[in-house]
Order: sequence, then C-alpha cells, then structure tokens
Amino acid sequence: MTAAVEIRGVTKRFDDVVAVDSVDLEIADGEFFALLGPSGCGKTTTLRMIAGLEFPTEGSIRIFGEEVGTLPPNKRPVNTVFQNYALFPHMSVLDNVSFGLRMKKVDKTDARAKSMKMIDLVQLGGMEGRKPSQLSGGQQQRVALARALVNEPKVLLLDEPLGALDLKLRQEMQTELKSLQRELGVSFVFVTHDQEEAMAMSDRIAVMHDGQLLQVGSPEEIYERPTNRFVADFIGQTNLIDATVEDDDHIILTNGTRLRAPSPHEPGTSVAMSLRPEAISIGPRGSVPDEHSATSLEGAVASVTYLGHAVDYSVKIGWIDLEVRGGATAGGQRFEAGDEVSVWWDRTSDWVVAD
Amino acid sequence: MSGGVRQLRGGTRSALSLNAALVYLFFYAPILLLIFYSFSDDDLVGRWGGFTLDWYRAFGRNDEVQSALSVSIRVALISTVVSVVLGTMAALALERYRFRGNRIFDALLYLPVIVPDVTMAVMMLLFFTWSIDVVNTSFGLSLGKGISTVALSHIAFSISFVSIVVRARLAGMTQTLEEAAQDLYASQWQAFRHVTLPLIMPGVIGGGLLALTLSLDDVVITQFAAGPGSTTLPVYVFGLIRRGVSPLINAVSVVMLAASVLLVLLSLLAQRARGGSVT
Repeated sequence: MTAAVEIRGVTKRFDDVVAVDSVDLEIADGEFFALLGPSGCGKTTTLRMIAGLEFPTEGSIRIFGEEVGTLPPNKRPVNTVFQNYALFPHMSVLDNVSFGLRMKKVDKTDARAKSMKMIDLVQLGGMEGRKPSQLSGGQQQRVALARALVNEPKVLLLDEPLGALDLKLRQEMQTELKSLQRELGVSFVFVTHDQEEAMAMSDRIAVMHDGQLLQVGSPEEIYERPTNRFVADFIGQTNLIDATVEDDDHIILTNGTRLRAPSPHEPGTSVAMSLRPEAISIGPRGSVPDEHSATSLEGAVASVTYLGHAVDYSVKIGWIDLEVRGGATAGGQRFEAGDEVSVWWDRTSDWVVAD
Repeated sequence: MSGGVRQLRGGTRSALSLNAALVYLFFYAPILLLIFYSFSDDDLVGRWGGFTLDWYRAFGRNDEVQSALSVSIRVALISTVVSVVLGTMAALALERYRFRGNRIFDALLYLPVIVPDVTMAVMMLLFFTWSIDVVNTSFGLSLGKGISTVALSHIAFSISFVSIVVRARLAGMTQTLEEAAQDLYASQWQAFRHVTLPLIMPGVIGGGLLALTLSLDDVVITQFAAGPGSTTLPVYVFGLIRRGVSPLINAVSVVMLAASVLLVLLSLLAQRARGGSVT
C-alpha cells in the first residue's frame, strides 16, 4: 500500500540553521500520527513542508506516491489546522468554512450545503452567521477543523491544535479529534510538544530533537523501549543511571556496582539504564527476593510525597537519587524519610539506552 | 498616596485650566476669525461691514479660482491613486518579505517625512528642470513643467505616508492568515484579494485620505514644481496675499479648511473602522 506521506532524506536549512536534518518518515493511510518534541526540534517545520508552506532544501516528499517537494500549498491534497486557528476575522463561520470550496470553484449551492453539513458535524449548527471573534476558543478550534475537513483532504495536518485550550477542554477535544479521525478514516498528522497528548491520541509517534528524528513507534514502544537517553527522558518520568556495558548481560554503574541488564551494545559502551518509577519495588533493607538479587540496589529514603493513589519516594543510593513510585496501600508497608530500604526491579523492566 | 487620580491643589489646578483654555483659544481664534470675516461685506479683509455671501459667490464665479480648484482636484486625485497603489505595494514588500537591502529601503522610504518641505521643493525643482532638459534634448521634444510634474512631486511625498499607515495595519495581522488562505487552495493573488486586502482596507483608505489632504494643502513643493497653467488653489491663495488681499481669500480659505477637516475626519473614521485586532 502506498504511504499517505513519504518523507525521504528531507533536510531544511534556514541560512546556517539546520531545522530538519535528513529525516526519513512514512505515515500510513488512516493513521493518527504525532510529531513530538520540544520547541525548536523541527516538528513544525516538518509539518509545514508537508503542507507546502516551506520547501525542503534537500530530499523528497510524496503524498500518496506523488512528489510534492516544491508544489505550492494550494496545489496539494492536504489541509492544515493552524496553531492559533488562523480564522479569517472578517468572514462569518460559514464563509470561513466554505473558503476552500469557493477557491476550488465548487458550485455555490453545493459549497454551502457541504459547509453547513460540516458545521453541524463539529457541533456548531446555528452559529454559521457569527464572526470568529464572537466564538469561544473551543468553538474557534472546531471552525478551524471544519474549514480544513470540508475539503476532504487526503491528509489533515494539525499544528499544536489543542495548545491554546484549557486543560478540561483539551481533554474533551482529544477524545473528539480521535473519534472524528476514526469516523473519517483520513490520516491525521499532528504536531505537539505534550507527550501525554501524543500518547493518548496517536497510533504512532515520531520523537524529534534538534532537527533529527530519534525514534518512531507506537506509544507503548516509545515508552517501554526508548532507543536513546533523550527519548527515555522526554517521554514520561524515568530514572536514568549512567553505566558502562560489561557483556551481553551485565552493566557496571559508575561506582562499580555490577547489575544484570541485557543490552545490544558493545562491551565498553557508555549507556544509561532507564528505570520507570512505577517499575521499581521498594522494601525494607535485605528483603530483596532471591531472583532479583542481581537487579537491586540499597539506599535510604530521602523524601516521601503522598499522592493519594500512590506514594512517591526519593531514594538516595550513594551518588544518585532514585524516584520510586509505590502503591499507597499495596502490602500495607509505608516508609518514612530516613528508612533504610532496598529497591529492586524485574529483569524485563529495565532498559539500556545509548547516550 | 493610595493610587487613583491625584488631586491637584487649587492653585495648580486653575493654572492648568487656564493654560488649556489659552491653548485652545490660540488654536481656534484665528479659524473663527477667518470664518467670521469671510461673511463680511467690506473690501478690507479685517473690517466688518454687515453680513454677505458675496465672497462665496465670487469664489464660484472667478475663473482663476475655478481653474486653480480644478487643477488642485485633478492633481489630488492622480497623486492619491498612484501613491495608494505604490505605497501599499511598498508596505507589503517591506512587511512581508525579507530581501537584500530591506532595512535600507525601510529607512529611505521614511525620508520624505523628515526632509523639510523647502528642501524637498528645491530638490524637485532641480530634478524636474534637469530631467526635462535631458528628455527634451535627447528626443527633440519641448515638454515643460505642468500638472504632471506637480502630481509627480505629490506622489513622491505621499507614498511615505500611505505606506506608514498601511504598514501599521499589516503589522497587526499575522502572516498565518495568508498561509491559511493558500492552504485552502487560494493562489497568492486570491489570498491577497480575499484575505489581505479586506483586512488592510481601513489602512489603505486612511492612507489615501491622508494623501488627498496633503496634496490639496501643499503650497511649498507645488510652487516649485508647478509650471504655467498648473496653479493649485493653495498656491493661488498664496499669490493673492502677495498681490494685496481681498476678502475673497477668506472665503477660499474657509472652503479649503472645510474640505481638509472633512478628509481628515474621514481618514480617522476609516482607520478606526473594524479597528479591532486583526490576528
């Protein structure tokens, strides 16, 4: 099957700055795809190149097999929902939504009927005569969606579409966007810096940093099997412990402690071991079950944060602080600051990442 | 002091009020005087001889005044249309595109606003004399200064004002709107026509009315750029004063004043219309 969007060796330079650095990416038809990264990582530039608002310095971009590298935006079968919606302030909701159809010279009655249907679909029926300034943020967001979707794009591009909404509205719109996407079956390519949003909504996520594509995968893959330190750190909360690879099955921490941890890296490579706080068990000193003896450390509780459904411990283990999340009730055992404890984890829950 | 408006002590307060009153008196007394004496039935400019509309009738009948008025209007219309188009284009180029020498063009565009009128007038005189000379000798023509040179000189200073007003409007409008239009299948021209132009229209109209006012009022530059048969109304009035004053110029001045005030008011209204943010 042809990919909805195929990006091959795309680089974008602005004068001396490399905004996007030889990125390869394939987005499947009907996929909800997130471009995730901190600001300035090149995710928006990548999106703008798909839209045609920027042209790549090098490389090729295909939409359903057709090369679009330097086609202007009005010649591409994609539409964009802009970050601050970019609604035309001098036009009514209806005129905004029907703008694309009017530019494509669609018959006036058809354009109107289609636009009204789309306005209903995004639950703005009855508001078609209003100006954007008379709408709330959430409603403006829906107009922006309707204005793009009414053109039946082959790919819908969304640039931080929920960034300007408050938390509650954002969560509602997440669900709504997701179900809208399932209903329409169109690929959504979605730029965000919010990793939780990306995890909650996407089929696949591409993590970008400094113009480079670091990892592409399902939310589970990215969370549980990050390929490098940046991804591990950026996605969710994690403990990163510096180490050196000893052999296939062992690593040595910087203080000489030897731990079992399988890694695909060559002996002698500096790596980091990523341990999610919720994957670590905590117990009184010396209570480590035998099967975990090679995946455990000893320390003392430095601080305790009670969260209601869980308890966060910061455990001082010599040279590092380890964040551990314990169940508030599990086992009934709770620890206080200063308690001597042992921590251990399952052999499958650690993950060694390259620097 | 607990914030809020500071209460002035009695003495300061009345001194400030007096000051304000004097300033307004100074502004408007001459205008009122002018209007008052334009209705005076006496051959001397500053003597009251009973109410009459004769001077306004004379204004309507006097051929010289009429021809000067027609020149003024023609020059104003031509220079306004041309400077609105060019000034808007300059504003768009400077605000929307980055090109080599951008900043230099930017600074140069505002120069005519700063250059003193007399300097500008001398420059124009020199430039027109010289270039007409060059054109005449190289093509064997016998062109001279006239309405077109006056219009050209007005265009030269109006462009700056138009582009300042239009740019202020453009600066408040995000470029994303144009990108959104293009993303929705508009060509660059359609994006300009349907999105950019309607949004900067108050600025364009405001700039145009400003250009019209400036052109109708200008004396100094026009005097240097004008040739035979291209005397504008303000230049004519200026000439009248030197030849000996008749109350006719009171009437002419009142008419010009009214026209200018009307244009400035329209310009302000246009800039305020849909004046909210354009983001």
